[in-house]
Amino acid sequence: MQRRVVSLWFPRLAAERSLRANPVDAPFALTLFDRNSERVYDLCPRAEGAGLNRGMTLVHARSFCPGLLTRPADPKADQRFLHLLARWATRYCPWVGLDGPNGLFLDITGSAHLMGGEEPLLDDIRARLARAGLTARLGLASTPGTAWALARFAEGIAQPGENLTRIGPLPLTALRLADQTCTSLERLGIATISDLYNLPRATVARRYDPEVLRRLDQALGAIAEQISPLKEGLSFAVRMTLPEPVGLLDDVMAGAERLIGHLCERLDTAQKGARSLKLTFRRVDQENQSVELRLARPMRDGDRILTLFERGVSAIDAGYGIDMIRLEATQVEELGPRQLTPSQTLEKDSLADLITQLGNRIGLENILRFSPVDSHIPERSFKLVPAAYSMPVRTWPYRRPRPLRLFPPEPITGSGATPPGRFRWRGRALTTLQAEGPERITPAWWEGDDDWTRGLRDYWRVATGQGQRLWLFHTPQNPGWYVQGEFG
Amino acid sequence: MSTSFSSVFPLKRARAHEVCGESCLVFAAIMAGQATGPVVWVSERWRPVVNPEGLAPFCDPGRLLVTRADSQLNVLASAETALRSGAVGLVVAEIAGPIGLTEGRRLQLAAETGGTTALLLIPEGGGSNAAETRWHCTGFPIPAVPSQHGLPQHDPRENDHDSTRWRWSLIKNKIGTLSEWVVRWDAAARRVIVVSEAGS
Repeated sequence: MQRRVVSLWFPRLAAERSLRANPVDAPFALTLFDRNSERVYDLCPRAEGAGLNRGMTLVHARSFCPGLLTRPADPKADQRFLHLLARWATRYCPWVGLDGPNGLFLDITGSAHLMGGEEPLLDDIRARLARAGLTARLGLASTPGTAWALARFAEGIAQPGENLTRIGPLPLTALRLADQTCTSLERLGIATISDLYNLPRATVARRYDPEVLRRLDQALGAIAEQISPLKEGLSFAVRMTLPEPVGLLDDVMAGAERLIGHLCERLDTAQKGARSLKLTFRRVDQENQSVELRLARPMRDGDRILTLFERGVSAIDAGYGIDMIRLEATQVEELGPRQLTPSQTLEKDSLADLITQLGNRIGLENILRFSPVDSHIPERSFKLVPAAYSMPVRTWPYRRPRPLRLFPPEPITGSGATPPGRFRWRGRALTTLQAEGPERITPAWWEGDDDWTRGLRDYWRVATGQGQRLWLFHTPQNPGWYVQGEFG
Repeated sequence: MSTSFSSVFPLKRARAHEVCGESCLVFAAIMAGQATGPVVWVSERWRPVVNPEGLAPFCDPGRLLVTRADSQLNVLASAETALRSGAVGLVVAEIAGPIGLTEGRRLQLAAETGGTTALLLIPEGGGSNAAETRWHCTGFPIPAVPSQHGLPQHDPRENDHDSTRWRWSLIKNKIGTLSEWVVRWDAAARRVIVVSEAGS
């Protein structure tokens, strides 16, 4: 079958994307900081009519067109938008590739008849894009090169075998050649593609970049050119549209159960587990309500996921009824098959479920585990890590007796190197009954801790006559006494 | 007839208990060491977290799930969820304000449902009437032996770790009489030893 390719070019993709989101009624341009100044990145036809062009500095552009409205450009968002358009274009054919920053190639071989032929297909694309507020230029030919040239320079359809006659009169830039090569060819009087075609091949090959003949051959179909479709991302989303709106909790849960079953099957095939899930309900009045679930462990066990969703779903306001349910695994992780040993997994699973339940109430990052840190500074000797992303520490290194509660140092009155006999702390008068120490701890100068600017610390464990057991320290380099902890 | 220590400690399983006083953290740490399975420790975010190095002599800090809630309501709700799930051995909740009978009773029911023991660290006088037992813990200072330098030292006859005594008073008990004990921690045997029946 004869290959047929559509080249789709969006000459004002960036500007039109910005205007779609927020239209303005004035000359409009996008600017980008480039080569040490703010420059015009893309612009609307009205601005172009005022004599502006891409790449001119903003100061310059303002002097031409004082009423110019500008916004900063976002090339990354433009790229994302182009990917979106590529996905949209799969409605015409299954094979869509990106072409530079603002073009697409559609390989419509064998699918044009679905839209009623090539002409209606192009009309349909043009009409739909115009409705979306996008200017598009279209070329259709049997090679990507010719389609590209037509889209940019002479919109239309080249029937098979017409390639040379259609692109022959076009300038050399239509061959996707570098500007420098085009200029040097034009200096020799070779202005159009047919001029280039009529030259003896051997001369061109000897004198010019091999790129020149390669591009020519690609346009005329002598060399094959591939179109690489975008990689299809794994998507774990399922949805269900209901013929009649539902409102009862049981009905909604039954719908969710079916969706979870489908999703888990899909996860199972991909050997993945969901880490966070989002269940969205669309009500008949177009309002969306969603329940998010973050799991403590990657999981694809339908029944357990359903029970964890129960609390969130019961809080949903169904309004006049729900007519669409969508479930998406927003975050997935690898989860291979594993051996099940009944007793062990049951216990682990129930703990993971508990972490999930607590996490959905107070946030998964607020459920933590202790993890030892190799530091002699008491307050740095441990850290807290989220329990959902860590394993418990098996053996805890025992170092020295330490208080059960540590707090930032609180100064008390006292002098000398031994603990004061009586002192006031937190509004209470205390007497020292016993003291053990000192245990000297030197600051970790490389960590630059503000609390430790007073230098060395001599720690004492002090039992008071009033019943408290406190952790006091003395700073001999800069005399003073502080309380830093309570043994309880 | 007075209550014997072994009949009330370790605390009765699947019930909610309360503890207050200056040394309530030690009580909780010892209970965490006696419990089997993971321990959920719920507290509000403003409170400094319990120091795992201080906990190490009493229980393995690796077994703790530290849960930091943003309000007392969420502390209570998290504790209730953890109790009801039955996946852990003990739930310790640090409670800053007084709690009413409703909250106390809910926790008690959750503890019974899940078969999990609850231990609430309450401010003094702030408990609820639904608790199975309530304890008051303070340090029990022992007179020091004066040394030559006039500096008070700990008693050299004692092993330095065992010199600490606590006075644990049972101030509410649903199933028995009240009493109080002076106890110490035996680090080698990892258990509480009653030094004397206070008041006797």
